[in-house]
Amino acid sequence: MAGPVIWSVTISFTNTALTGRNAKDPSWVGFENYTRLLQDPGFPVSVWLTVVFVVASAVIGQNVLGLVIALLLGRVGRATHAIVTTIVVGAWVLPEIVAAFAAYAYFADDGTLNQLLAGIGIDGANWLYEFPMLAVILANVWRGTAFSMMVYEAALNDVPPEITEAAVIDGAGGLKRLIWVTIPMIRGSIATNLMLITLQTLAVFTLIWVMTKGGPGISSTTLPILAYQEAFKFQEIGYGSAIAVVMILIGAVFSVLYLRTLRPGRDA
Amino acid sequence: MTGPTAAPARPRRLSMASPRRAVAALASNVVLLVIAACFLVPLAWLFLASVDTAPSQQTRVPTDFTLEHYAAVLTPERTLLPLWNSTVLSAGSAIVTVIVAVLAAYPISRYNSRFNTPYLSAILFGTCLPITAIMVPVYSLFVRLGMLDNLAAVTFFLAATSLPMAIWMTKNFMDSVPVSLEEAAWVDGASAMRALRLIVLPLMRPGLAVVFIFVFIQAWGNFFVPFILLLSPSKQPASVSVFSFFGQYGTVAYGELAAYSLIYSLPVVVLYVIVSKGIGGSFAMQGAIKG
Repeated sequence: MAGPVIWSVTISFTNTALTGRNAKDPSWVGFENYTRLLQDPGFPVSVWLTVVFVVASAVIGQNVLGLVIALLLGRVGRATHAIVTTIVVGAWVLPEIVAAFAAYAYFADDGTLNQLLAGIGIDGANWLYEFPMLAVILANVWRGTAFSMMVYEAALNDVPPEITEAAVIDGAGGLKRLIWVTIPMIRGSIATNLMLITLQTLAVFTLIWVMTKGGPGISSTTLPILAYQEAFKFQEIGYGSAIAVVMILIGAVFSVLYLRTLRPGRDA
Repeated sequence: MTGPTAAPARPRRLSMASPRRAVAALASNVVLLVIAACFLVPLAWLFLASVDTAPSQQTRVPTDFTLEHYAAVLTPERTLLPLWNSTVLSAGSAIVTVIVAVLAAYPISRYNSRFNTPYLSAILFGTCLPITAIMVPVYSLFVRLGMLDNLAAVTFFLAATSLPMAIWMTKNFMDSVPVSLEEAAWVDGASAMRALRLIVLPLMRPGLAVVFIFVFIQAWGNFFVPFILLLSPSKQPASVSVFSFFGQYGTVAYGELAAYSLIYSLPVVVLYVIVSKGIGGSFAMQGAIKG
């Protein structure tokens, strides 16, 4: 797996293109792709949208909702448990492109969401045009929460019940117990889960591309979409690779953050 | 449905029964069912639109029930060929992956080496490397080697991308086969490869099935890789060809899109149900790497 990364970095220092003179005989251009990237007004927007997308849909959305569902699942009977996990996992196990179509129909102007809102007397918006980021973020939460839910359910099952019972006897309420007992016990799983879903979300292409194609304009162009457009539509492989390298760097920064702040102690 | 009878795998605090707990349990049920309803609506659209005579983007119970969308998409060139291509890609990469993963996992599982931990960490990192980030250079590599639009090459590439996860899972399954069984074979003069083939592999057959199906499902659902690397429609798998129902000539054939999506999704849903127990086990294992 190191190969493609090194290859990415190498190509990002060249002016490789798909057609023309630079396709046959690419030359070394040093940091030119990167300086061009920094001058591109679309690039900072794209980095910002990517960070927003990852933080809102993975770190907050999938992660918190997944934990909440997992915690609640431990308190309900078998029937509710089966219904909820089947439906949530259903959104996750479908092929990505199918999920993307379903999400597109759901958020479309005359789609289901507006139909539901009209049912309770609210005028919906044209979500994919007016709030494209909100739509793709919610769609990604819908699609990805199952993963966090399953990770946390497995982790919560490993927490010995004696410990939470002891906390109850000591008079800790639900929220206190969650913050001081349960979450510290599963922080290894939290770190691993955050890392996995962050990197998965960073890579999301199909969902956004099907729903908005990065638009309108560049208002939902995250880095994968930008890299795709530069590399395949405008056929500039070197430039596209520079974007890919930035993407890998963002992933690495997030990973280091998680491992630093949530590293399990020797006792965990 | 609450109470001590439910799911023995999830131990609950039996002694704490109180009116407050009953209210809390009811609230948990309500909240969960509301969340489930929110998750269900977009899925329901797929089913309802696929049997509606006048499908749209709205979710509604069809006034006229029809199977014509299924009939319309079930033709050789629209469905069977793409599904066949998907099968070739997914099964091919799953076979390659399982073979390589077994060979890679065996030494990691059986011999203690100081390289094991860094190697496993690197594998874990490789597992999560964003595929969209490596796609650009991979494409240029394919162009340079003249492998664009080549099903076999894409199969091998898909196998390579799923290898880290597969090695990780295979190692965990292999760890549960006791070494003492092989030691007996070694004493009798069997080589490591022979012991692997005759003793370890038969014992971990269910685990290998899980890995195989896991890779198969991933390859089956992969849109981005074949979308970039396969150009001719006759070679494209279902994940890419389904796109032709969408936005072609500016109109979307919602009924056919939904019907085809469901046909295409069916195999992975069935396979997922088959292995869900095994995959559940591997989720717990992800906590295995610490510090």
